Amino acid sequence: MSILIKNVSKTFGNFVAVDNVSVEVPDGALLGLLGPSGSGKTTLLRIIAGLELADSGSVLHQQEDITHHSPRDRKVGFVFQHYALFRHMTVYENIAFGLRVKPRAERPPEAEIAKRVKELLDLVQLSWFAHRYPTQLSGGQRQRVALARALAVEPRVLLLDEPFGALDAQVRKELRRWLRRLHGELHITSLFVTHDQDEALEVADQIVIMNKGKVEQTGTVQEVYERPATAFAYSFLGAVNRFAGRVEGHSLRIGNDRVPLAQPAIADGEEVIAFARPHELEIVSETAPEGLAVKVNRVLISGATARVELKGLIGAKGLAEPQHFEVELTRDRLNDLGLKAGQHVRLIASRLRVFPSGR
Amino acid sequence: MSAEAALEKPRALEVGRIRYAQQDPASVRWGLTLTAVAVVGVLVVIPVVNIFVEALRDGVAVYWANLFDDPDTRDSIFLTLTVVPIAVAANIIFGITAAWAIARFSFPGRTLLTALIDLPFSVSPVVAGLMFVLIFGLQGYFGPFLRRDGYAVMPYLTSLLGVAVLILLFFLFRPAAPNARRDLWNHPWLAVLVGGATSFGVLFFLQQHFEVWPRNQSLKIIFATPGLVLATAFVTFPFVARELIPVMEAIGPEEELAAISLGANGWQVFWRVTVPNIKWGLVYGIILCNARAVGEFGAVYVVSGHIAGQTDTMPLRIEKLFQEYNLPGAFAVASVLTLLALLTLVAKIKLERKPPSAASLPEPKTDEARP
Repeated sequence: MSILIKNVSKTFGNFVAVDNVSVEVPDGALLGLLGPSGSGKTTLLRIIAGLELADSGSVLHQQEDITHHSPRDRKVGFVFQHYALFRHMTVYENIAFGLRVKPRAERPPEAEIAKRVKELLDLVQLSWFAHRYPTQLSGGQRQRVALARALAVEPRVLLLDEPFGALDAQVRKELRRWLRRLHGELHITSLFVTHDQDEALEVADQIVIMNKGKVEQTGTVQEVYERPATAFAYSFLGAVNRFAGRVEGHSLRIGNDRVPLAQPAIADGEEVIAFARPHELEIVSETAPEGLAVKVNRVLISGATARVELKGLIGAKGLAEPQHFEVELTRDRLNDLGLKAGQHVRLIASRLRVFPSGR
Repeated sequence: MSAEAALEKPRALEVGRIRYAQQDPASVRWGLTLTAVAVVGVLVVIPVVNIFVEALRDGVAVYWANLFDDPDTRDSIFLTLTVVPIAVAANIIFGITAAWAIARFSFPGRTLLTALIDLPFSVSPVVAGLMFVLIFGLQGYFGPFLRRDGYAVMPYLTSLLGVAVLILLFFLFRPAAPNARRDLWNHPWLAVLVGGATSFGVLFFLQQHFEVWPRNQSLKIIFATPGLVLATAFVTFPFVARELIPVMEAIGPEEELAAISLGANGWQVFWRVTVPNIKWGLVYGIILCNARAVGEFGAVYVVSGHIAGQTDTMPLRIEKLFQEYNLPGAFAVASVLTLLALLTLVAKIKLERKPPSAASLPEPKTDEARP
């Protein structure tokens, strides 16, 4: 294993930022740390980089314990959300910085520094901007310079803290693809932090979902998306519909309505939370014997599919407000149903994932 | 009339109307401008010009003689040129340290420190001077001791300074990799204790057997140059720190963290990242600090004792010449101070005009990377 994080905890005053977290990053992997803000993912990244000291636990790199090493000995490349480029230096000098501050014995000669910087500038496609200052570059260009700067010291690990967080959607999409391709070329073990699930799903090989300082689930992108381990993991990844109710035999009872459960239920009579993706829900007529009674709010057509927004007729448990649901279906199906806003229908699920409530 | 011109006309009208709506009547504009010019002229321009007129009334030769042929005046200029650089240097070191601590760390007493930095601004300079007299003066707390055997404090003072330098050196030269650290490198407190005890011992030994500093002699602080330096430094205490704290807070720690993650040590981070970023704030602070230090009167007046040729700084000399009805002499010294002030003002305006980003643009060093 390339990086091994063992039982790491960190508190700031009363706030537990990272709570007994263990994560493995295989050699050459691109791992995404995904979680809402305040879930401790950035703190974990900074602990790996040595910018923050863990209260307990250890960080290992190729079986070597680096928990108490200073950042400069860890050979870690760190890319900050807001670039953190040296504003008084040119792009060239920014990238050369890591080489220039090496101890005299290890410092490469000027010609070699120039060669290395040129290679990196080619790699991030910014050869024309060597003598510009960071303020003269766009956000996407700056982040590429930050990446080149981090790569200049030939780090063993690359850490990216919300690398695309400060960019607009278009540039973001481009850079994601570019990072993916770059990782394919360099195969450097990388960890990146994001709160954007699409980004994590698109860029990473493996995903670690964090919530409240704890790891909720670890796995490949496919695994995590298809088989979320916890209610949190399910609701955090992708669009989701949430049902709160009680298991009764082979159906879920919500108020007076019943929604059939496909897979064998947990314990009979238990309070549960169930999730379904928008394409896993089906709309049936109001007169159907089963299904949750809802009202059509809006029908949105986009391309070959349509999205229907629905409103629950009864308040969900513990909520005064009625719940909202979203169903995705084909245009043909929509035409068959002939839905109109305000119409009363029922919802059933082709697939429903059930988690005990209170988790 | 062409179609274009027809289109052009209403637009021009509109511009005119917008301008009109934003402007006050001519009478108000000119009235206010003239009032401002008159006030500035009477209160600022005429007195300043008058200083030079009075100083040069009897010709350049007399002006020169007034400045440099009077030994007391000459000494006062040299004394100011001695006291001010020391006070400013002390405040640069203090200012950077304090700004760094306040902007980068949170520690108990941080708010108190921030408030205390401003204290010299709110205390009357005369009170500040009196404070030093009460501490170091003959009737003050340390007065009798300083008078009897003043230089006995020197081994203590120098070894304290030695400990500070030792702490700095310890963290600068400590091997970065923990597994490369042996013995004392792993125990900062022990190392400082051992180093401190050693330097203390060596200095006391030197004093005991070789009398590096004179014994049984009084060390004069009040009515002497050290007092002047202390008073000047106290009064100009906040300038550099006040200027740097907002700059450092605005820049944030990220660039420094980036430098650390790229392998820079503390020394390199400070000189290559922190200093270039705060450079203009620092220069600005030094200019203000210097201007105030040169012209300081109140605090210096109390601790000086007015010994002509020994403890008279330029402002004190001006006052003395004025009291002696030597107006040409007084105005000659005053003109030098005014010139210094004007130079400071020009430097300040130059700095303010220079946009920070453009100001910090160095020439590209290498051309190899240019595609």
